Amino acid sequence: MEARNGRSAHGPGPAARGARHAVTESRVTLRVNDADHRVELEHSATLLEALREALGLTASQKGCDDGLCGTCTVLLEGRRVNSCLLLAVAQEGREIITVEGLVAADADDGRHPLRRAAEDRDVLRCAYCAPEQHRPATEAPAAGDAPGTSVVTEIDLPADAPVRLTADEVRDRLSGHLCRCGAYPNGAGAGQDVVV
Amino acid sequence: MKPISYVNPRTLKEAAAAHGGRPEARYLGGGTNLVDLMKLGVERPDILVDLTRLSLDAIEEQPDGSLRVGATARNSDLAAHRAVGEHYPVLAQALLSGSSGQLRNMATTAGNLLQRTRCGYFQDLSRPCNKRVPGSGCGAIEGVNREHAILGHSSHCVATHPSDLAVALAALDAVVELVGPGGVRSVPLTEFYRLPQDRPDLETVMRPGELVTAVLLPAAPAGCVSRYRKARDRAGYTFALASVAAVVRLERGVVRQVAVAFGGLAHRPWRARRTEAALLGTSPTPEAVERAVEAELADAVPLRHNAYKVELARGLAHEVLTSLTTRPGTT
Repeated sequence: MEARNGRSAHGPGPAARGARHAVTESRVTLRVNDADHRVELEHSATLLEALREALGLTASQKGCDDGLCGTCTVLLEGRRVNSCLLLAVAQEGREIITVEGLVAADADDGRHPLRRAAEDRDVLRCAYCAPEQHRPATEAPAAGDAPGTSVVTEIDLPADAPVRLTADEVRDRLSGHLCRCGAYPNGAGAGQDVVV
Repeated sequence: MKPISYVNPRTLKEAAAAHGGRPEARYLGGGTNLVDLMKLGVERPDILVDLTRLSLDAIEEQPDGSLRVGATARNSDLAAHRAVGEHYPVLAQALLSGSSGQLRNMATTAGNLLQRTRCGYFQDLSRPCNKRVPGSGCGAIEGVNREHAILGHSSHCVATHPSDLAVALAALDAVVELVGPGGVRSVPLTEFYRLPQDRPDLETVMRPGELVTAVLLPAAPAGCVSRYRKARDRAGYTFALASVAAVVRLERGVVRQVAVAFGGLAHRPWRARRTEAALLGTSPTPEAVERAVEAELADAVPLRHNAYKVELARGLAHEVLTSLTTRPGTT
């Protein structure tokens, strides 16, 4: 929480002051994959649209555009979020990591450990959901969600117990990632391969 | 989406000034529901006042044992908070039963309470809806109403409130703190929401220009046990068809305190006062629990497609209350 507020202390100050002036776009700085990008944005643009269209980062997909499918998932201040439901203008100064950034940061022989696990398990079919399908597993307790953030874990364990990434836990974490091909069993398995 | 103005004030005063209590202005929290409704055209604000940089996200234990949850505290932070896990497990379970990990990381406490119904007719601009366009009619009453209300509905609206969090808060006797032109006031969560009656567009008792700043949870008496159970169409990540939150305190097997609330059945979280009254001061047998639940659900008026909800709610409440009232209480 502190990080989210503290880091953005000098965030944006778009000029719109009430509807009278009707300023509907702003120039903002988005911090994506450790680089600042100065972009001109309609206030109604989602973060997903800004990533894909203004920054050319197309690994985050527009699937349902409704917060359901998870193909637009990015890390915002270290936590996974649906970029299709975030307004880009509101994210100025916040740390955003896309799939492209995740790969670059953790690359090992050119392949992220999750990618290796996915290939080993033959997870992918059409691969539309692939960039995001495995992200929950990368958020092992320290990196993403706080401990005890699935109902599976919460019911099983006291709040301060270490999270065990059991098959049920990984499945619950994957529940915001829809795969139309139904490749879930191996996807969950690949997630466990990497984090357990 | 239509073009919009956007401001991100640093103080409540600036926020209130930018909003101005105008019907076309909206406060922006996590945006998980508002942005979605803007895409659908259901919400068409001309200005968004972003509250997420106001430092309203603290979760603080108070000296009297109560918990103060800031309006923009994220669902995931609240669910994982130590005090919630220790004293209000029903709250953590409700939060974690709602939506996906991504959405819980975005969604705020106040935004969750103020989210709109997921009634398909409300979200579809080509259909009549008294909640969206007062006086236009209700598509759901004679339409597909499997997910709709069985309690407290009216001839104008049969929508349900979608929040899991609100159901747990209703059972915990939480209080909503509001700040507005008239100052600060507190409203018990059980009085925060309206029934639809003939004005389903008015969902809460909030006045124009008011803003939720916090939710207050009274201290949980020692020995309280609580649980949330939710029935839905699939194992994860969807709205409740029916849910139940219950908080119980036993002394030597006798129910000394009990609060029960249903979700998914009405326009607001439904406190089951008759069930509570029937259980208080007793050492209920499973049959007595069944009668106590029935006392509340006797008033249910199912629609064409949702008679199953009566049985579903009965089963959930019976299971949860039986498990809580047969546990050994402290002292």
